[in-house]
Amino acid sequence: MSGAFVEVEDLVKRFNVSKPWLNRVLERLPEQTLTAVSGVSFEIEKGQTFALVGESGSGKSTVAKMVIGLLNPTDGTIRIDGRSTSDAAEATALRRRMQMIFQDPYASLNPRWRIDKIISEPIRVFGLLSDEAAIDRRVGELLELVGLDARDAVKYPHEFSGGQRQRLCIARALSSNPEFLVCDEPTSALDVSVQAQILNLMRDLQDELGLTYLFISHNLAVVRYMANRIGVLYLGGLVEISDTKELFTAPAHPYTRMLLDAVPSVAQVGRVRQPVQGEIPNPINPPSGCVFHPRCPFANDRCKAEVPALKVHDGRSIACHAVDEGRLPIGAEAAAA
Amino acid sequence: MTEALLQVRDLVVEFPTRHALLRAIDEVSFDVHRGEVLGLVGESGAGKSITGAAIIGLLEPPGRIASGSVTLAGERIDGLPLEQMRKIRGKKIAMIFQDPLTSLNPLYSIGRQLVETITTHLDMTDAQARARAVSLLEDVGIPAAADRLDAYPHEFSGGMRQRVVIALALAAEPELIIADEPTTALDVSVQAQVITLLKKLCAERGTAVILVTHDMGVIAETANRVAVMYSGRIAEIGPVEDVVHKPQHPYTVGLMGAIPDLEQEGDRLAQIKGSMPRLDRLPEGCAFNPRCPHAFAPCCEAKPGLYEVGASLAACFLHDPARASDAQLEAAQ
Repeated sequence: MSGAFVEVEDLVKRFNVSKPWLNRVLERLPEQTLTAVSGVSFEIEKGQTFALVGESGSGKSTVAKMVIGLLNPTDGTIRIDGRSTSDAAEATALRRRMQMIFQDPYASLNPRWRIDKIISEPIRVFGLLSDEAAIDRRVGELLELVGLDARDAVKYPHEFSGGQRQRLCIARALSSNPEFLVCDEPTSALDVSVQAQILNLMRDLQDELGLTYLFISHNLAVVRYMANRIGVLYLGGLVEISDTKELFTAPAHPYTRMLLDAVPSVAQVGRVRQPVQGEIPNPINPPSGCVFHPRCPFANDRCKAEVPALKVHDGRSIACHAVDEGRLPIGAEAAAA
Repeated sequence: MTEALLQVRDLVVEFPTRHALLRAIDEVSFDVHRGEVLGLVGESGAGKSITGAAIIGLLEPPGRIASGSVTLAGERIDGLPLEQMRKIRGKKIAMIFQDPLTSLNPLYSIGRQLVETITTHLDMTDAQARARAVSLLEDVGIPAAADRLDAYPHEFSGGMRQRVVIALALAAEPELIIADEPTTALDVSVQAQVITLLKKLCAERGTAVILVTHDMGVIAETANRVAVMYSGRIAEIGPVEDVVHKPQHPYTVGLMGAIPDLEQEGDRLAQIKGSMPRLDRLPEGCAFNPRCPHAFAPCCEAKPGLYEVGASLAACFLHDPARASDAQLEAAQ
């Protein structure tokens, strides 16, 4: 499908994690690279939310940073509204149209700056308004948009609680009138009652301003509430991309099934279960074949040898030999079996 | 019913500061029975961790227990001299902290840490203690336990480290384990393993557990009873089934509605307006009254005690038989 607002194709990020040169020479060690993201592709339609979920070390934040331009991809292309971010001239033009919301609202606001200076920084950097009175008015509007008071502009970050700080971060992100927001775990530092406020606010703003979100989270319940489409990452690769409803009602990939089963839920008081064994492997020495095979109950010899590609099954993409061969039924087939 | 293992009565913990005397825990009372898992939930600043620290005598100065009592198996343990408390800590009450990397000493092998704990509390030779350490590591599911005994904490993954911490906590067969956010630093798939393990081991040994967490899902699957804390007081305490599915206190109702759930479609989340008040700016009366949709006259005047509702207790005047009719009247107007 072409014409999606955000198109990410075969994104790869490798980090060099070798020891210093002298150690390598003395100890006769080769260079070591860590593949944090390997060939990730997805598209986001305008006005939609695409979520990336995965456990720590799955590469979700690395993808977010590459999309926003905080990290340079080793390989692959990112196009936003048809323009490639690897082209320097186009990237500058795109800057204003995309913003990021970070996880920790305590670390992402400068404690020595007043709120009006923090929120107006993008306006000044991009030269959107030059009249001081107009800037002040705009800051007041933004504060009210995120549920704060225009008079809060003269305060400092320490005078706000965690939830209010995240509102400030959202106001700052919105100040350059962006169309696309990358949100990296925006609520995982917040308490549940405050998390609900921020998630509701983000959805209201999306409806009001037609924003497109790339939403990164490890919390599946939050993702279900926010996203239209979800990509599940495991050890740097996408294992499944599905519409939210399908992913939760009929997860296809064995990892997605495991992840959904592992989430403790208030609806299941006193549930007894058999958790899947093992942990996410070290990305410096990933397993051969399908990287999930050591933990997968459906793995066979082919899974150990051959890397599965993402293949489309009924509008969802799944990277699994078992699903591909029909050993593991999905969706309606699973219900019939 | 037999006497509870742990009885906490009217516990008050205060932190004197330059500006004011802050009450972090305000008249908290609860019991923990043998073999029971009591969940303590609340948002940050509710006082759940301080409650755990006060019981095991690890309050950071200047914090102190100002009044109330903590009784373990019929013996008062609050305000004991340091030496006596050290004998109880680790032996009768053990603690599991949130971050397994900082609760293990990075310079000692895990075997040495286990042996040290075992020989401190139990009358064993080093060889016996080593054998016990191996069997403990096997119990918590560490493969090739005998070989891993001389490994250092950095050689283990996060989930494995938390298993080692659980083995340490179980080393002296304590009667009570206080687990403070034991799975918060772990990924969901590993969290499921650790919770299942903790539940199984404690059930086998009849160890009581106080599980401190902010994650209602973890509580729902693990605890027998749950106490919901708000601003240093217990808002509601009762069997986990009742608190989760039939919450009585308006705060618990709000909290339950605010949790996005896997089972539900993406409707709008219920939200509680505002956030928890700071300890130096507590409102008069019930600390929840500025955020409460049902607040009526007495809520701003007095702190509600715990009233019986079904099998639970809720600290809310809505459930005070003497005042309930007033609340209905006010709601009708």
